[in-house]
Amino acid sequence: MSTAEHSVPAIEMKGITKIYSNGVVANKDVDFSVNYGEIHAVMGENGAGKSTLMKMLFGLEKMDKGQILFEGKEVSINSPAEAIALKIGMVHQEFMLVPSLTVAENMVLREEPRKGIFIDHNKAIEETKKISEMYNLPIDPNARIADLAVGIKQRVEILKALYRGAKILILDEPTAVLTPQETEELFRQLLILKEHGHTVIFISHKIREIKQICDRITILKNGRSMGVYQVKDISEGDISRLMVGHEVKMNLDKKPASPGKTVLKVEHLSYGYGEGKLKLDDVNFSVRKGEIIGIAGVEGNGQRELLECLSGLRKIQRGKVAINGNDVSKMSIYDIREKAKTAYIPQDRLLFGVASGATIQENLLANRMDYEEFSKAGVLKEKNFVKTAKELIKEFTIKCDNEKQLVNMLSGGNIQKVVVARELSMPRELIIIDQPSRGIDIGATKFIHQKIFELRDAGTAILVNSADLAEIRELSDSLFVMYEGEIVAFFRSLDGVTEEQLGEYMLGIKKQTPEEIKEAFHE
Amino acid sequence: MLSSFLSAEFFYTIIRVSTPLIFAAMASLIARKGGVTNITIDSTMLMSALTGVLVSAFTQNLPLAIFCGLVMGVVMGIFMGYFHIMMNTNLILTGVAINTFTRGATVMILYAFTGDKGSSSLVKSLAVGNWDIPVIKDIPILGQIISGHNGFTYIAFLSVIFTWYLMYRTPLGLRIRAVGENSSAAKSVGENPAKIKLIALAFSGFFSALGGMYMSMGNMSVFITNMTGGRGFIGVAADAMGRGNPIGAMLASLLFGTANAVANVLQINNFPVDMVMAIPYVVSIAGIIIYSAHEQHKKNSKIKKAIAEAERGEAA
Ligand SMILES: Nc1ncnc2c1ncn2[C@@H]1O[C@H](COP(=O)(O)OP(=O)(O)OP(=O)(O)O)[C@@H](O)[C@H]1O
Ligand SMILES: [Mg+2]
Repeated sequence: MSTAEHSVPAIEMKGITKIYSNGVVANKDVDFSVNYGEIHAVMGENGAGKSTLMKMLFGLEKMDKGQILFEGKEVSINSPAEAIALKIGMVHQEFMLVPSLTVAENMVLREEPRKGIFIDHNKAIEETKKISEMYNLPIDPNARIADLAVGIKQRVEILKALYRGAKILILDEPTAVLTPQETEELFRQLLILKEHGHTVIFISHKIREIKQICDRITILKNGRSMGVYQVKDISEGDISRLMVGHEVKMNLDKKPASPGKTVLKVEHLSYGYGEGKLKLDDVNFSVRKGEIIGIAGVEGNGQRELLECLSGLRKIQRGKVAINGNDVSKMSIYDIREKAKTAYIPQDRLLFGVASGATIQENLLANRMDYEEFSKAGVLKEKNFVKTAKELIKEFTIKCDNEKQLVNMLSGGNIQKVVVARELSMPRELIIIDQPSRGIDIGATKFIHQKIFELRDAGTAILVNSADLAEIRELSDSLFVMYEGEIVAFFRSLDGVTEEQLGEYMLGIKKQTPEEIKEAFHE
Repeated sequence: MLSSFLSAEFFYTIIRVSTPLIFAAMASLIARKGGVTNITIDSTMLMSALTGVLVSAFTQNLPLAIFCGLVMGVVMGIFMGYFHIMMNTNLILTGVAINTFTRGATVMILYAFTGDKGSSSLVKSLAVGNWDIPVIKDIPILGQIISGHNGFTYIAFLSVIFTWYLMYRTPLGLRIRAVGENSSAAKSVGENPAKIKLIALAFSGFFSALGGMYMSMGNMSVFITNMTGGRGFIGVAADAMGRGNPIGAMLASLLFGTANAVANVLQINNFPVDMVMAIPYVVSIAGIIIYSAHEQHKKNSKIKKAIAEAERGEAA
């Protein structure tokens, strides 16, 4: 690489201001610059304007003020095509892949190698292999995207950008959807890119990750830049203070649990018949009043199927699930929520958690619209509606203009908060939570954890699944590990249990005796 | 009557009446792959059928007439796309508006040019003739069934092959499929989804036009008001039944065509006309219901079998 490229930043954004059409100021006079060969972190609370800034760099949003310099020369980037031409690539928060197409087809989309008027499929496969070998990111070019694990899909996204010659790679919360193992693998890949002289812009809510691989960090707060720092020179406390504006309490006080009667009973639950391998294989456990049971495991080992069976999203094929003695297989989803008093926070919040074309207040209160407090003879009581919505927005610090905005205008983390606020704000017997803090900033994560503890102390039975080992250890009173659809370990208490030990069960290296596993079930 | 079903003539009829359905199914398939369910196929057929007839009547130039009919189809496709994609209007409302409009417009145009509101029989329009296939035409039975069809019929079968290659072998097909399935994925690699959708709808209009012109310039050489009789919609159903595969859509079209041919025979044999006319439509609906019920049943029984097997294994 020439020295000229080293002396000027790869990209410089100067005085960037972005005001969305609804008047939200997402960025205000932001300066941002990255060099070749560095991994540059962008941090900030939910709604701080990180995604917006990156979308402008990738030509997906237009800025209202400011300029972008590419290797010192001013450029205007009005579309992703123009960004790609400048060798900028972006891996989005949600995957931009076509599930029914193969890896190779996704790779070459819009830059297809041709043989006459036809696509040269062999060449597409060859090119995919070539790029994947060059960067040491192994991939099967003929695999269908729909069949791939999340981590591999992300690798395809990165390869897709590299195939288009990207030298500057933007990754918007790439680790939010990854397991710890996949995250380690991603970091290995990013370091390879850095060695090749590429630039990586890395957005994450996890300070630990930034400390691990980033060189510099830009911190955003309320749409403004709080400065650029060398990661090695700045402490975790300083980062969170700059982001939030005040100290974030890192350790919450958690009282010991005092469990009561059993609320959720799962007996001999099996699922996935007729599709080859079982997704759930003879699962037995229970959750009592006033305790938090955690599920640990590498993603894709049956956790999702389990939670969807419990919440009524999947039909129970074999075995028994009862909530306070009510057979779940005989209840509609409405009855599970209303009669059995169960709340459910799904993993895919955009797909199952919100109606994205509805307003914030409608989404916040969708689960209680037919309550006397909110409607009479089918007509909504607007006043109570607005009042409660406002309270929830405040309590859960949802960053928005007002309660009548559409949910799809919120930032990723704030959409999550809407779902969490709706599900945690009603008296429930059982709460099922899939990935409580995915995509949520540190402050809000702590708030949600605190809320979960409060609900437990008030006597709610809570079942939590999280791919984040640190989080699941912090939340759970007791915990079981799932591997290939089975419970392979159960820990009544987590005292003295290390992450390494859990890891051995999660990877299927070890398995407890049937007697030990039976402990997970209480009559 | 049974003999009418077993004759070569009956099979010839199936192919004949399936022709517009195949065109409509291909029109639907390409649009649907691009993420747009095109409910204006029927009215596009009607517009092109009329355009071809009028141009040929007034110029006596068949190629020019076909060309104008095709242009009309493409324009209708893009018209639909323009409102739905560029102006962001609701797909169903736009479709219904266009359908309602064409219904009136065809009658009005017909009247303006011929002075008749029912058909174009007052003017002399041209038509594509029937083509004999050398060698095959001399094979007994087979020759009678597949030779001597209208030119458009052969084009219909060629268009199935064309559609397959377009969708699965060309860059454009790949992009249409990508845009239809996940338009943000296409956008993220710099593609313009609106453009691709418009192209898909232009193709959709093109095939609709062929289907329409077959009716007024092939099968018959006259335009009759509402002569498509909902065939465009049956094409959409055939495409749905074929699950997005051109060959499957063609087979489904032939199935509906068979129902149509049966109706023809029954009609000749003095069955009540109204009931007979309903047969193709009833078969369409029944076909879809049976098909999806069958799929569901297959899945359920597979699960039950697997559970029973597991239980036997545990008992042993
Ligand atoms: N399309 C849109 N229309 C209107 N406002 C928007 C739109 N997209 C984002 N916003 C608003 O702009 C602000 C910044 O959003 P942005 O998505 O950039 O945040 P973020 O830093 O990426 O947050 P997160 O960590 O939650 O992903 C938020 O207040 C959000 O509500
Ligand atoms: Mg974001």
